[in-house]
Amino acid sequence: MNNNNGKNKYLNRMKLEFLNRSENESFARVAVAAFASPLDPTVEELTEIKTAVSEAVSNAVIHAYPDGEEGMVTVECAIDEDRRVTIVVSDNGVGIEDVEKAREPLFTTKPGEERSGMGFTVMESFMDRLEVESKPGAGTKVTMIKNLDIVL
Amino acid sequence: MQIEFEMIDDILIANLDGELDHHTSAVVREEIDKTVEAFHSKHLIFNFGKVTFMDSSGIGVIMGRYNKISQLGGSLIITGCNEYIDRILDMAGIYTIADRVNTVAESIKKLVSKDEEAEGGNEQQ
Repeated sequence: MNNNNGKNKYLNRMKLEFLNRSENESFARVAVAAFASPLDPTVEELTEIKTAVSEAVSNAVIHAYPDGEEGMVTVECAIDEDRRVTIVVSDNGVGIEDVEKAREPLFTTKPGEERSGMGFTVMESFMDRLEVESKPGAGTKVTMIKNLDIVL
Repeated sequence: MQIEFEMIDDILIANLDGELDHHTSAVVREEIDKTVEAFHSKHLIFNFGKVTFMDSSGIGVIMGRYNKISQLGGSLIITGCNEYIDRILDMAGIYTIADRVNTVAESIKKLVSKDEEAEGGNEQQ
């Protein structure tokens, strides 16, 4: 979130931190949608943002802290003058060994648990940009950007 | 998330109401499996008509139910999806294992005629 090079002035920024509990998935997506609402996104854009946030936060809840360990998940969001919504979901968990592989459609590390392996694919499809930074033991940081349509 | 069940012959209709995400999917999975077992249903209709939000967790729920239902020789039908739910399911190839039908009534009709065809085929043998 430090890439404010003066070109895109942030209108507003926020940061949320919560425990890796699954009930926080809906809290996170509703909070981000409410935060972005001053930009007057369409219902379509809001649904896409909520779905992408839900995917990223669910990933953190499911994978970051194994064996029922407690840990924090962070969601940061910024909106800027160019109607751009930037969302960063991060954790301090186990990290991802092979990010490229994790991003492949249908790939899952937990096939026995009825996981679809479509999380990153949905994020990619619903947002304009998706970046995943992760290292084993060093946590995971997912950055998503959505450019909202210009209101006429 | 609430689920209202209806049973017509050996067809179980699961009317989902609310938000289907990773948190709520555990209950949905459990409730449907319990009901399929209790009523010995053969076919399953997922009615998404009142689902206000779904992420990719829904895909896992459908795939898991498909595995159980198809083992018993039954079919899966998905109905009532809005545009986003449809997009997510299509992305994951769900419509290769389950039929997409517009209404619950049409879904029932489809399953009944499928069974009749299968029975007719057996009689001829």
